[in-house]
Amino acid sequence: MTPPRIELKSSPHMKQASSVEQIMRNVVLALLPVCAFAVYHFGLSALALLATTTLACLLTEQFLNRLSGRASTLGDYSAVITGLLLALTLPPAFPLWMAALSGVVAIALGKALFGGLGFNPFNPALIGRAFAAAAFPEAASTWTQAGLPERFSEFLPSTLALPFTSPASVDAYTAATPLAQWKFDEVHGALLPLFTGMTPGSLGETSALIIALGGLYLIARGMLDWRIPAAVLGGAAATAGVFYLLDPGHYPTPLFVLFSGGLMLGAVFMASDLSTSPVTSAGIWIYGLLIGFLAVIIRFFGGLPEGVMYAILLGNAAVPLIERYTQPRPYGRRGRRRAS
Amino acid sequence: MGWLSFLHGLTFPRGVRPPGLKEETRDLPIRRLEFAPRMVLPLDQHYGPPARPLVTRHQEVVRGEPIAAAGDVYAVPIHAPVTGVIEGIELMPTARGPKTEAILLRTTPGDSQHVRWADPRDLRRCSAEELLTAIQQAGIVGQGGAAFPTHRKLAVPDGFTVDTLVINGCECEPYLTADHRTMIEHSAEVIAGIRLVMRAVTAAKTVIGVEDDKPEAIAALRAQLSAADPIEVVALQSKYPQGSEKMLIKALLGREVPSGGFPYHVGVVVNNVGTMAQVGQLVPRGQGLIERVITVAGPGVERPGNYRVPIGTPLRYLLEQVGYPSADPSRIILGGPMMGNTVSALDVPITKGVSGVVILPEREALEVGPRIQPCIRCGNCLGACPVGLNPAELARLAAAREYEAMAEQYHLNDCFECGCCSFVCPSNIPLVQYFRIAKSLNRERMS
Repeated sequence: MTPPRIELKSSPHMKQASSVEQIMRNVVLALLPVCAFAVYHFGLSALALLATTTLACLLTEQFLNRLSGRASTLGDYSAVITGLLLALTLPPAFPLWMAALSGVVAIALGKALFGGLGFNPFNPALIGRAFAAAAFPEAASTWTQAGLPERFSEFLPSTLALPFTSPASVDAYTAATPLAQWKFDEVHGALLPLFTGMTPGSLGETSALIIALGGLYLIARGMLDWRIPAAVLGGAAATAGVFYLLDPGHYPTPLFVLFSGGLMLGAVFMASDLSTSPVTSAGIWIYGLLIGFLAVIIRFFGGLPEGVMYAILLGNAAVPLIERYTQPRPYGRRGRRRAS
Repeated sequence: MGWLSFLHGLTFPRGVRPPGLKEETRDLPIRRLEFAPRMVLPLDQHYGPPARPLVTRHQEVVRGEPIAAAGDVYAVPIHAPVTGVIEGIELMPTARGPKTEAILLRTTPGDSQHVRWADPRDLRRCSAEELLTAIQQAGIVGQGGAAFPTHRKLAVPDGFTVDTLVINGCECEPYLTADHRTMIEHSAEVIAGIRLVMRAVTAAKTVIGVEDDKPEAIAALRAQLSAADPIEVVALQSKYPQGSEKMLIKALLGREVPSGGFPYHVGVVVNNVGTMAQVGQLVPRGQGLIERVITVAGPGVERPGNYRVPIGTPLRYLLEQVGYPSADPSRIILGGPMMGNTVSALDVPITKGVSGVVILPEREALEVGPRIQPCIRCGNCLGACPVGLNPAELARLAAAREYEAMAEQYHLNDCFECGCCSFVCPSNIPLVQYFRIAKSLNRERMS
């Protein structure tokens, strides 16, 4: 009998079958129904927007990897997630050239600048979205009606605006989001359309139900920490609840706050971004509650109707500090000695 | 989920749930093999100073006879595992690495497996101290893997009292079923050993922790006990590393051993079921520890099972008897796959602390590609670390060579190297391996 060639390694000699690719692939999978609903909802323009941002993110990532001589990281799917999430935060009529530029900024300044996946302090998709809001304020805050009959045969006119031109007016199609209606017209929208998604808004801001289902899938697969969405939504509901109790005539109900705008998408898919959220147990709760609180304060008192993007970016910025003060207590330290 | 534990049985916080992989051997009774033609008995096979040889070249010895005396009062003697002739005392390779002195014993062919030597004493009149001496003279060391002399573990320092004896029947390592079979087939000896040890440490009660994937073992132990016995068998959730004594104490009693402390600091002494079976079997007869039960398993092992193997049996001989896989390359692991060590040569012998031999073809050892990717801060390692450390931050500091900060600010020295962090890391970062290196560099700096 020939003895086998012996391999010398240190323990552990077994490994859980999980990988970065697998986690990211499942996040993409959970995002697909949200994207599909956006396309159903807003038609060709939404599809073009999703394709444009994703392609822009992938190409930017590949180009920067080449430039810095690193192996390709496209296979880890993180650039796909950034691309899809960026598109989901944009209005359906957002011009494609602006979307592509935002995608480049998301990857180049939001991620690659810091050293790539795992080193970025801010959610790259939200860096791209913040750039879009700053550079193209009008296009980034013009929403169109949902479910237009010709949505599968025609683009919204502004979608195909030539690069570096301002888009054609979409006045014929514009509509206010439920949040804007509340903020500027004091109209309290009905809840059910918010939940099922038949409202104007950004691509991914519409159906709380489909987003929640995607989140539940990831939680069931152990790839999303349920505490982050729970803390964000809990923090937002609690903050909104206090205001609602103080002045029910003016402030919307906590349920309206939860299901409107980008809060659900932000709580499930953005605040929970692994690289930019805390790893400590107490830190996760503080971070989530902080984001929920900030989102509602910005919505209620800010100049724009939505505040989830800045709330998450501020939450990201607070992560190192939060982690510093929430380190876990090791076994047998500061522990209760047995009373004898 | 901690607050749901009443639904699933007790356990400690965090940890991991590797696949059990025990199906292949859990129902196979313990068997014996033919004696190896030559036994190799390292003088240094337990914690403490090496044993002093009592034999010379060409001397004939009978199975069970002492052939080396304890190095000091804290160490244990070594007994002849077979009847045979001493070939000499030479430097031999060991699993720990450097060559050490070992007694070489040529087995007399055709001899029976009967134990010829005994030095019984009347245990009913023994004091606690005399019981400890009897356990020492039986050459018993911890059978769970640490090979720490049992009498020394049971000798609680002045000023401390022990109220509870905790017995470890977890066997949380994948593949291993030796303790499982011991609890089923030798439950009477296990309980007899526990009764002796309770007298030796003057503990009022005993709690035996067995994971709930071993219902037959739990039933077999309970069948040995009456309602009035101060001995309780508790089913624990199946989770790794529950067999680590500090985790077991937390799971069973809710007590935490202070950092850097010992179980007796919280009124506990912990022993393995295999050790108790040895005490229960050997101490009343006045015999020495000359064999132990080990699991031999892993993909491709032709005759996996639990074998009662004489101490000193060369690994090569054992593997020839069970038929090892020819897959190339393989890891040959002494102990379990989570915490065991790979051997560098098949010439090393089975010693008193070896609980199993697991052979993993390389493709089975890692289920995903070993490419190391950057940390994505998923936090899985924090959710797995049974000690409650922050492995992600420790790894970041290790990469920055901040070894002192690892120890001083992030409690590196509380890490007992269970490997849960490396097990769960989706980026394949060898976390526990980094920590071992950091610890040894810190030790070098200190000395």
